[in-house]
Amino acid sequence: MKRLGWFLAALSLTGGLARADSLLINGAGATFPFPLYSKWFSEYNKLHPELKFNYQSIGSGGGVKQITEKTIDFGASDSPMNDEELKKAPGVMHIPTVLGAVAVVYNGAPEGVKLTPEALSDIFLGKITRWNDPKLQAIAGQPKLPDVAITVAHRSDGSGTTAVFTDYLGKVSPAWKSGVGVGKSVKWPVGLGGKGNEGVTGTVKSTPGAIGYVELAYARQNKLSMAALKNADGSFILPSIETTSEAAAGVAMPPDFRVSITDAKGKNAYPISSFTYVLIYKEQPDAAKGKAIGQFLWWAVHDGQKLAGPLDYAPLPKPVVAKVEAALRTVTVAGKSVIASN
Amino acid sequence: MASGADTPRHAHLGDRAFAAGITLLGGAVLLVVGIIVVACARLSAPAFAKLGFFRFLTGSDWNPVEDSFGALPFIYGTLVTSAIAIVVAMPVAIGLALFLTEMSPSRVRRFVSFFVEILAAIPSVVFGLWGLMVLVPILRDVVEPALQHRLGFLPLFQGAPMGIGFLPAGIVLAIMILPTIASVTIEVLRTMPAALREGALALGATRWEAIGAVVLPYARRGIMGAVILGLARALGETMAVTMLIGNQPEIHGSLFAAGYSLPSVIANEFAEASGAVHTGALAGLALVLFGVTLMLSASARLLVRLSARRLVAA
Amino acid sequence: MNMAMTNVAAGQYAIPRRVGSHRARAVTNGVMTGLCAAAVALALVPLFSVLWLVVSKGIHSLSLSFFTKLPAPVGELGGGVGNAIVGTLFMVGLASCIGLPLGVGAGIFLAERGDGKLGHVVRFTAEVLAGVPSIVVGVVAYGLIVLPMRHFSAMAGAVALAILMIPTLARATEEMIRLVPRSLREASLALGVPAWRTSLSVVLRTALGGLINAALLAIARAAGETAPLLFTALNNQYWNLHPLQPTASLTVQIYNYAISPYEDWHDKAWGAALCLLILIGGLSLIARLAAGRRSQA
Repeated sequence: MKRLGWFLAALSLTGGLARADSLLINGAGATFPFPLYSKWFSEYNKLHPELKFNYQSIGSGGGVKQITEKTIDFGASDSPMNDEELKKAPGVMHIPTVLGAVAVVYNGAPEGVKLTPEALSDIFLGKITRWNDPKLQAIAGQPKLPDVAITVAHRSDGSGTTAVFTDYLGKVSPAWKSGVGVGKSVKWPVGLGGKGNEGVTGTVKSTPGAIGYVELAYARQNKLSMAALKNADGSFILPSIETTSEAAAGVAMPPDFRVSITDAKGKNAYPISSFTYVLIYKEQPDAAKGKAIGQFLWWAVHDGQKLAGPLDYAPLPKPVVAKVEAALRTVTVAGKSVIASN
Repeated sequence: MASGADTPRHAHLGDRAFAAGITLLGGAVLLVVGIIVVACARLSAPAFAKLGFFRFLTGSDWNPVEDSFGALPFIYGTLVTSAIAIVVAMPVAIGLALFLTEMSPSRVRRFVSFFVEILAAIPSVVFGLWGLMVLVPILRDVVEPALQHRLGFLPLFQGAPMGIGFLPAGIVLAIMILPTIASVTIEVLRTMPAALREGALALGATRWEAIGAVVLPYARRGIMGAVILGLARALGETMAVTMLIGNQPEIHGSLFAAGYSLPSVIANEFAEASGAVHTGALAGLALVLFGVTLMLSASARLLVRLSARRLVAA
Repeated sequence: MNMAMTNVAAGQYAIPRRVGSHRARAVTNGVMTGLCAAAVALALVPLFSVLWLVVSKGIHSLSLSFFTKLPAPVGELGGGVGNAIVGTLFMVGLASCIGLPLGVGAGIFLAERGDGKLGHVVRFTAEVLAGVPSIVVGVVAYGLIVLPMRHFSAMAGAVALAILMIPTLARATEEMIRLVPRSLREASLALGVPAWRTSLSVVLRTALGGLINAALLAIARAAGETAPLLFTALNNQYWNLHPLQPTASLTVQIYNYAISPYEDWHDKAWGAALCLLILIGGLSLIARLAAGRRSQA
């Protein structure tokens, strides 16, 4: 009994210490920007050792749900929350951080595969089941495709990447729109479910004949083959920082930043691109945390943008940064702006 | 009061306090289980209200976009993987138990039981890791193509060999429940009086005939209980299955196909389910899982106890 | 009794009437013995495969920094799982604070007054609890602790683990106490020691070795749980010893690393698995020693 008492005492002591010298800020959500966020939080911790941002990539669906339940200090999602979701979480703001592209990755077919919107949606609808299907082979400039079964890989968790991908398919394919629909988690007609961008990348990497959709950074880091997609202007485009930026170039940004840039016009625009967002409450409940989050986001959209390129994310366009600055100034703790000191 | 601990009145008081204390702690077990049931039931109420209990159980559509939830694909996936596990694990576990209790010298017995204990102690997530990195490539590149080549006419072995799906999940489950079945079976066999076995041997039966004629019939119910306990463990197993089953809510006849299980879908979707209906549907699955494992554990214990009691009665 | 048993052997379990030649019977016996031996081998193959791979693949990751450093950001090499090791120990420690008294207490109840109606109900309920899937306990802990407190926390994870510890502990405690000879208890009572003190300082003390064994095994089992931590303790990139903050654990870390696409993370998953097995193996070994000492005493 005595020993237990000592143990408890030691426990509360260490707990107290851990709290005294640092501030832990918990966030969770999108896996899409996780490679960048993980870099950001690590770098920001070097600049401000007292601030620890704990970010868990549980998927955009989890980010939206947990910020709604207020179990975390900030959420993250690649697809903006819809009106219904916002109604349940009044006061949540979307802060775009970077742009990313959803790459269509595959394994077991030669480099240089080209896909039209129809072909892509037929594959994910389960109508095209082999790589050497005449519909795929018929695309101009297609390399010789092997006689191998296609294994579709998709997300098993509620995912912003899925929302962006299905948003695109819904725009280009009526059959997709009516048959499957658009959202963070949909009822997939075929395939294997993987958890997070990590899981889908892992599945594609280890399964010959697989095709899936993941954030560009995951495709690049794991050296997966990527398909060129036919965009709205009719050219076949590979995902890259430049083609993603071009997709965002023409966009009219609404004041709440909730915008879709899939199937964008522009000769070199990659059709499945998206902003990715951090979700925070406009009125922050905790002074210290609110200030830290506000200042981190300020850093992220300025100095942090330099880290985006090397990790295959496209930096925010200049006009958007100006709008984000204005938005961040409206974040308050007990009525006072968290950015006032800048 | 101050006169010491051995005055009768004080002792009486102490006894009463002690009894009350331990009864309270015993009652806490009831409370915990009560809380689990009530919490799941309360969380799942919105889903049952919207979908209806029966429609929820028999529906095969799992579509969060349209708030339409059916439990059937998960029940199916759980049953199929558990069935594979039982079919694979039962003969091996019983063979192992027979070997250890009936055939082997005690040195071998101690050695093997030690390793079976280790097998039981390996965490689920480590089996998942092993399955993902070792079992899946072997199944995909060697076993599944071979099965398809020889037995491809059976619906069980059709479709593209992906390595991930019902088969690897079932096999890893088999490995995980093997120690459960084996150790309970060994326990049951040990309770058997030596006189029975020796009687058969004295009548001239070979060792195997003694097993077939006396040991197995004697232990039948206990072994069935052991298998049911293993089944209960297989049904509730989460991590290894989540990592291997493919996470696709579909009902497929082929063992190569991807599926989903009750615990896996809870693990994957519970933290992100938005809306009371989706959360409720997942809690409803938890309730189903709880109900099924409850029935299984209860019947298993009953069988083991019956088989132990039978001899006492005789 | 003797009569009854003969009846059982000769009647109910009829020995097959038609037996083959002596040779055929011997062959059958040999073949079946061989098959049973093969079952032993078959059962041990996956075990050795798992152990061998965890050791051979995990050993490369083990270095001082693996135990002392935090996980590196995605795409950077190096880093460790120090916080996950500490997190697992911390949560298991918290869980023991809750689970041990409850489990052992329930076991004492079952042993001392478990023959009444309430005793049977509690015993059955404990058995039911033993069968409750760990993920269900995670769901309940999320609903009852994380949501109301608005925080993922080590405490929520620990409560889930504690609930999982209760039934095995209760049953083992009951068994251990019932093993204590009646004469010991009676001698103590005859000396005028009150019943409650007899239970605590004579009976329980005698069963102590067995109790420690059971407790360590329950702790080892809790250390290997993943599912109940996924949405209770969540995870944490940093060191944490605050009960109300999210906390890393070896098991969740293994899961995250295992399903990731990065080779480096796969290596770390094996390394973390090796750490976990060493931890669990160590606990089981101490448990074995405790049990051994008891049987000698």
